[in-house]
Amino acid sequence: MEAYFDNAATTRVLDSVRDIVVKAMTEDYGNPSAKHRKGMEAEEYIRRARAIIAGTLKVPEKEILFTSGGSESNNMALIGGALANRRAGNHLITTAVEHPSVYNPMAYLEELGFEITYLPVDHNGHISLEQLKEAVRPDTILVSVMYVNNEVGAVEPVEEIARIVKERNPAALFHVDAIQAYGKYVIRPKKQGIDLMSVSGHKIHGPKGVGFLYIRSGVKIRPLIYGGGQQGNLRSGTENVPGVAGLGEAARVMYENHQEKLDRITALKDYMTDRLGEIEGAVVNSRKGAESAPQIVSVSFEGVRSEVLLHALEDRGIYVSSGSACSSHHPGVSGTLKGIGLEQRYLDATVRISFGLFNRMEEIDYCIDTLKELLPVLRRYRRG
Amino acid sequence: MVYQSFLIKYAEIGTKGKNRYLFEDALIRQIKNALRRVDGRFSISKESGRIYVQAESDYDYDEVIEALQRVFGIAWICPMLQIEDKDFDHIRQVVTEYIKEAYPDRHFTFKVDSRRADKTYPIHSEEMNRQLGEAILDACPETSVDVHKPQVLLKVEVRKVVNIYSLMIPGPGGMPVGTNGKAMLLLSGGIDSPVAGYMIAKRGVKIDAVYFHAPPYTSDRAKQKVVDLAKLVARYSGPIPLAIVNFTDIQLYIYEQCPHEELTIIMRRYMMRIAEELAKKMDSLALITGESIGQVASQTVQSLAATNEVCTMPVFRPLIGFDKQEIIDISEKIGTFETSIQPYEDCCTIFVAKHPVIKPNLNMIRKSELNLQEKIDEMVKEAIDSAELVWCE
Repeated sequence: MEAYFDNAATTRVLDSVRDIVVKAMTEDYGNPSAKHRKGMEAEEYIRRARAIIAGTLKVPEKEILFTSGGSESNNMALIGGALANRRAGNHLITTAVEHPSVYNPMAYLEELGFEITYLPVDHNGHISLEQLKEAVRPDTILVSVMYVNNEVGAVEPVEEIARIVKERNPAALFHVDAIQAYGKYVIRPKKQGIDLMSVSGHKIHGPKGVGFLYIRSGVKIRPLIYGGGQQGNLRSGTENVPGVAGLGEAARVMYENHQEKLDRITALKDYMTDRLGEIEGAVVNSRKGAESAPQIVSVSFEGVRSEVLLHALEDRGIYVSSGSACSSHHPGVSGTLKGIGLEQRYLDATVRISFGLFNRMEEIDYCIDTLKELLPVLRRYRRG
Repeated sequence: MVYQSFLIKYAEIGTKGKNRYLFEDALIRQIKNALRRVDGRFSISKESGRIYVQAESDYDYDEVIEALQRVFGIAWICPMLQIEDKDFDHIRQVVTEYIKEAYPDRHFTFKVDSRRADKTYPIHSEEMNRQLGEAILDACPETSVDVHKPQVLLKVEVRKVVNIYSLMIPGPGGMPVGTNGKAMLLLSGGIDSPVAGYMIAKRGVKIDAVYFHAPPYTSDRAKQKVVDLAKLVARYSGPIPLAIVNFTDIQLYIYEQCPHEELTIIMRRYMMRIAEELAKKMDSLALITGESIGQVASQTVQSLAATNEVCTMPVFRPLIGFDKQEIIDISEKIGTFETSIQPYEDCCTIFVAKHPVIKPNLNMIRKSELNLQEKIDEMVKEAIDSAELVWCE
């Protein structure tokens, strides 16, 4: 049996996504800027995708900007947002548990002379609203917070954060990294006070290399890419028509019968969490039900190095990710696991199991059986 | 300027007496191999103790030089102009044009060194030197002649054709691979072992390699990294057959049966035993390791003696007296460093003890190994029989 439990890293594309991508590549392959019919047909894919996505957020279509994915969206929101609003102030705020595509643009802005405040999180992965209140200053131009944490699935109270930011400084922009949240949650930027929001296609069963940035009208952004002036001069370059079409289709499917899909994925998470309870020395760091993201289970196994467990599971066709591997190669970047105060002995012993539309309950049973078989063997041999 | 031919000069192999042709033929084979991976058609010929490479089509100059610089046995690569029309006025014209183009900054000293291999040629070498020197001075008045220490030494050789050259690009030296038997390299994925393989290949030795894989403790990416390293070394040594041995069971068995602080030494003793068996099977005559005295606990003189004890084949340790930085310098030069430092764990470190023995006592090690008697021979045999062979080029 194969069980792909790494959907927070990337997902398998839906068949309908594949079909529309292939069609846009092989039949309607025109350049959307071309004046002839072939160009118009290609442009139609982009219009349709934009309409679908705008519909899922209840925002005007012109507020959707297509990008090459989550990293570009985050870069554009932060660097483009900071550079365009430099005259209003020099201060940005983010959290200590952001993805590198937020953390590193922030470090770059610091080099350019901006001042950055990093807010710590509690053991649940939440920032303190009190600390946020104190951090927002008259010269704060942008606050960036991730909606769903990619490592432990913690959900930040986006609406309250927006309220506090706007209360303290109405001019400050509020950016949300919604890469792990879009498709899982119903998001209403207007109601929730979001000015900028990053989304990636391949986390929602869409293609890689495509995503979008929601930009509320009136928000000033400096482009990162200059050229032929596509997408209202904000992001030059011939649009990735197949990718955008696939992203639109993925968004459409994710939000069709949305509650049913959300319930299904949450049920997978809850079942996995319950069954992990049967395993000795397993500590689940994520929460059940609505208290954390529906697709992410973070679990530590005492006395087992996560990377070894990952490879042992891979041998049985089970794919998970090792919690802190990504951050451990970047000394200085405070990984989420450290950020939530996970004990030292668990830092290197944590794996992330993440679900998508293709997962089934039997796969969880298979995973639990395999863990029960592997863990005693792996625990027998330790380092040091 | 487009050079159509290259003169290949070799140093050491010129001294091998009656076996010289064997070395020359091996060098030609290696040059052919190297140029096979380069765009363009080339012919290689041997003529009175010299090797010539002729381009038979368009080619990329830098790519060809780079390929030739990886062929052991080459001391110098000289890009030449070759002309068939031996009329002296023509030679003079080509020489002055060559100098003008090859040295656009005209401020240099030079000397012309002419040879007449074709003794029927009417103008003597001395006369040629004089006349060509004058012609260059006329064409480039900024230059001057220096017969003792010229910055540019222009060679003009009248043979069946006329060779004109002055550039000498250094080759890697050493001896052509295939002239000195075959040895088996223990490749770990670190910085040292690829350098060790390179250095032994440089002496004309063909290389086989063995890697000890320990899934799930080492990942497929660690294995891929070793394959990548073998391919990088193969750019110099020619294709490397890489035996990948699954070492997990043996490692865990040692872990269970022997004192933990002796684990690394005993493990390495079994690696050497397995490498030697594989070497015999694959017709290698020696083993190669990247060890250097004192670099880690398992490379103290005592530890080296303990690992060396288990094999009868010679073990080549070309880096034995090198400092780490010296090894890194070579690995950067040969292009393996970037790959070597990718952060994947190899099987030597996964169970390493906090305080491994640094002065192992042979008697104690042998005694500990007695605990393995029951199953180890069968496991070693199984590891050798199930080794996977990957062709790296």
